[in-house]
Amino acid sequence: MNQQHITLISFGYFRKDLLEVVAGEVKNQYSMPVFFREGHLDLSDFYDPARRQYNGNMLLKHLNTEIASDHAKTLGLFSVDLFIPILTYIFGQAALNGRTGIASLYRLSNERYGMDPDDKLLLERFTKEVIHELGHTFGLVHCSIPSCVMRSSTYVEDIDQKEQNLCLHCREAMVK
Amino acid sequence: MTRKISILIVDDEESVRDSLYSWFIEDCYRVECAENAKVALSMLESETFDIILADIKMPGMDGLEMLRRIKAIRKESIVIVMTAFATVDTAVQALKDGAFDYVTKPFDPDDLSHLIRNAAKLISLSDENEQLKEKVVMLENVEDLIGRSAAIRQVLHQVESVAQSNSSVIITGESGTGKELIAKAIHSNSPRKFFPLVSVHCGALTESLLESELFGHEKGAFTGAMYHRKGRFEMADSGTIFLDEIATISTKMQIELLRVLETKRFVRVGGNKEITSDFRVICATNKDLKNMVENGTFREDLFYRLNVVNIHIPPLRERTEDIPLLVEYFIKKYCTSMNKPPLPIDQAALRRLEELSFPGNVRELENMVERAIVIGSGKKIQLKDLPVEKTLIENPAESLDDHEKNHICQILVKYDWNISRTAKALKVDRVTLYNKIKKYDLRRTEEK
Repeated sequence: MNQQHITLISFGYFRKDLLEVVAGEVKNQYSMPVFFREGHLDLSDFYDPARRQYNGNMLLKHLNTEIASDHAKTLGLFSVDLFIPILTYIFGQAALNGRTGIASLYRLSNERYGMDPDDKLLLERFTKEVIHELGHTFGLVHCSIPSCVMRSSTYVEDIDQKEQNLCLHCREAMVK
Repeated sequence: MTRKISILIVDDEESVRDSLYSWFIEDCYRVECAENAKVALSMLESETFDIILADIKMPGMDGLEMLRRIKAIRKESIVIVMTAFATVDTAVQALKDGAFDYVTKPFDPDDLSHLIRNAAKLISLSDENEQLKEKVVMLENVEDLIGRSAAIRQVLHQVESVAQSNSSVIITGESGTGKELIAKAIHSNSPRKFFPLVSVHCGALTESLLESELFGHEKGAFTGAMYHRKGRFEMADSGTIFLDEIATISTKMQIELLRVLETKRFVRVGGNKEITSDFRVICATNKDLKNMVENGTFREDLFYRLNVVNIHIPPLRERTEDIPLLVEYFIKKYCTSMNKPPLPIDQAALRRLEELSFPGNVRELENMVERAIVIGSGKKIQLKDLPVEKTLIENPAESLDDHEKNHICQILVKYDWNISRTAKALKVDRVTLYNKIKKYDLRRTEEK
């Protein structure tokens, strides 16, 4: 599998239909083969009991050194609460122009904010987050266009404001 | 955001530095990290950062001490202090010492984004303010242009005609005739009046300094170039550049200048990025440029590029009818600035002024009037208050030394303190003249 492609690896339980939809949308955006598989990782190694969250920096580093390959952009999908030392939480993160990223749907569900569950909205948010983090691995920085998926999102309502597509400017930047 | 904001992260924890670095780099900021205050301060010696995000608790110098040192070096630096151990006292102290804000680790991602966006907005406003200030400071009025003689009316008519065009102008005239005032008048009446009028006194600068002054320089372009600096051509964008004493520039600078005037493009000293600037050129000189072209000391192509319009300002001795108006204007100007009621001038004093040859032109007249107002004791400016008459009329010299001193003084004034011409007129050599000036402690009027 030497051709440039994207690999999505799920850690923990994910509904198969959700992953299929996400993979399909990722393929549409980046026009390259997308594969997905289940990964196995003892997440307790990355757990911070004081914060009761999982260390995103350590997970990203592990993914990069142990799992990723040079021919693929690899994104780890998680359902646990992620943090980095300086921030209270993250939806995901990626190495800019690197080969790995991570995304979590933990904070994307309506239930976390005292609202009724909405599976469709959850799927939309997660898809956007996955496409966003993959964008960073392709060297894209945050975009100022409100509808662009590369727009920075620091809370879920931000994610809802943008679309799941890359804007023309970001597409051009990727081609370069 | 008009330019890339730079951020310096100062924290002894590597994970914090890495996390913040990754976060900001995705937002397209220029980011650098330092592991302690000492490293940060040394980095700040060689480069400028818009925002400094500093931890308070660090080994060695703590964040608060570093904040005070940063503020001492560059007051406008935006420093955000962060700590995992928040106390009201440290927060208050940090803000008192000039911190932009104080945050407790870990931060909410949204709070961090807001904080940096606010700081970036402040930087952007500050940049804009600086640019506007530069433009406003340069805007000048031209009320100093005084005269009703045919000669000065002709000059003003030329100013009016040429102001609306974009043509290069050369202003010629003896020293002290008001060439810079004419340049200001052209600029103030031109469509470029809301943009800067940037003056460069070419004669006062060495070749390398003039090059850096005109084109600017990049950081490290030469010893002592700690920061990059905009050149005068860049500052004059959309406005006018006034090159005074143009005849003094070297042959090398003449070539450079010609190229810039033709292309309106140039590169800062030590840089490689081409900069474009839209400026109008006005030059001034008290030399005969045409003669210099014939002698081969001034490039012909540059002369024709500059000499699209020539405005010649006649010396004061050729428009003596303007002297009463000028005297009245200078009296009003200096009495107002000294909080004095306007002093009338004695008719005899005015007549005497009209008889003088004024080698120093309007500048010399202005200095005389100012001096008379400062040292004059009466309610009127009289003959005895004027420096040229004082020694002759009121204080007849008794000793031979006094006579010699007065005579040298008068000849110096007559030749605008040109030592060679004065020595020639006195029929002594330059060294003798210098010795006499030293002996009698003679100084130019404006230096007193």
